[in-house]
Amino acid sequence: METVLKTSHGRTLRTEEMVINMGPQHPSTHGVLRLELVVDGEIVIDVIPHIGYLHRCFEKHSEHMTNYQQVIPYVDRMDYVAAMNNEFSFAIAGEKLLKIQVPERVEYIRVIMAELQRIASHLIAIGTFGIDIGAFTPFLFCFRDREKILDLFEMTCGARLLYNYIWIGGLSHDLPPEFIPKAKEFIVDFRKTIKEINDLLSYNHIFIKRTANIGVLPADVAINFGCTGPMLRGSGVNWDLRKNDTYSVYNKFDFEVCVGKGEFGTVGDCWDRYMVRVNEMEQSLRIIEQAISTLPEGSISSAIPKRVRPNPGEVYGRAESPRGELGFYIVSDGTGTPYRIKARSPAFVNLSVISEISRGYMIADLVAITGSIDIVLGEVDR
Amino acid sequence: MTFQEISEILKQKFETAITAVKAEVQPDPYIIVEAKSIKEISTFLRDDESLSFDFLNCLSGLDLKGKLATVYHLSSMKHNHKFVIRIEVATEQPNIPSIESIWKTANWHEREAFDMFGIIFDGHPDLRRILMPYDWDGYPLKKDYQVPEFYNGMKVPY
Repeated sequence: METVLKTSHGRTLRTEEMVINMGPQHPSTHGVLRLELVVDGEIVIDVIPHIGYLHRCFEKHSEHMTNYQQVIPYVDRMDYVAAMNNEFSFAIAGEKLLKIQVPERVEYIRVIMAELQRIASHLIAIGTFGIDIGAFTPFLFCFRDREKILDLFEMTCGARLLYNYIWIGGLSHDLPPEFIPKAKEFIVDFRKTIKEINDLLSYNHIFIKRTANIGVLPADVAINFGCTGPMLRGSGVNWDLRKNDTYSVYNKFDFEVCVGKGEFGTVGDCWDRYMVRVNEMEQSLRIIEQAISTLPEGSISSAIPKRVRPNPGEVYGRAESPRGELGFYIVSDGTGTPYRIKARSPAFVNLSVISEISRGYMIADLVAITGSIDIVLGEVDR
Repeated sequence: MTFQEISEILKQKFETAITAVKAEVQPDPYIIVEAKSIKEISTFLRDDESLSFDFLNCLSGLDLKGKLATVYHLSSMKHNHKFVIRIEVATEQPNIPSIESIWKTANWHEREAFDMFGIIFDGHPDLRRILMPYDWDGYPLKKDYQVPEFYNGMKVPY
């Protein structure tokens, strides 16, 4: 009797095809992601991602909270390397629902924190991407400087990874007096690190050979799949929510949106996505510099509501996290408990395009493609 | 374009398919459309020059106690406007046509809504569970969901 072999989404295997599981425990899947690969020798024919290993159903937890502010620690744990941006996005949605205007000082501090966090998150992305390709040293440089950012966070709110810092209507702590000089020192130091990273990794011949022309994502495919953040900008689309749907005080600062130009290959390849992140760190530094120099005085907690009890209604609030558009859809029934919260996580959407862009490449290239998407499984699975 | 203008255009084009215009809901108003015409409306929203909604931000399931709903958050990169559509169906027959062929974003989001609410998207090419294990019983985000006592012999509530 002839047995018919099938993949988990029902594709019948041909004689020369074989199924290999990459993950859930695999260093290059950046967490617990399982990629079911259909391969013909070394060539990838199809990729079927299996997610959900980190699923905690944060959305169900939120429906049992008695106060919207209690959701914020859960939001931290979604994208655990960019917790500030998650809080920021959630606070924007909550404030839109409650129609709160927050003091200007709060907005400035939020922007400083969000941009520092963006640099920290991009440093992890760049460092681990280097490791995936085989470059170990840049990883150490990245983590050395990320540590300085975490020190800044620690002196502000006491936590280094999961902060519970940005609340609906305000912040948990004001900046300590030593924050500003330390941040200025960091900006000066970090400009040198960016140059080091460029010298060591970005323009390294082996690195370019491994990433240019690999995993090309055309702009129309990226838009149709809903990719955002460096994924979309790497494909040459000039789209950044900080500019295009400006929120908070981003319209007061001068910065550029970095897009992929296909310098060493095709627009939208792995190198472009990587380089967008490197260039964005420089732009974040510019925003932080401007925000620090014009930081207004004022209260940080005057707009925090005593009880968060929005009128019945619904809202979709979004902000640009390091991975792209992070949105929160909140439905309120007029009580203190959220009726429904849905997170539109950028990593979840960006990962869905992987099978589209990795067909026909080698298995070793798939490692580069996964690294360049920059997923955080805590956010994919929520 | 504002919500008013877009809903006026849709009202003229698809008069019978629109059940209600919830302009009073704050801060994000929405329209409710009939399930069977969602594909037609979506195609129009994407392809019409003055609307060109090329981007599906988010597709969410929603349990309204007795009814299930899906909410589509759309936006246009070209014109930088947004729009929200909702579909409501009876819990006993939660069938909604899939819009996967129009915006690929819907592929995983529809799988998630199926996984969490049991909404069946007709015409979806690969409607499997996505976040929960494939052999899990029940739909966790439903309001009347009871956590099972055992899963494959393991005690679930810890």
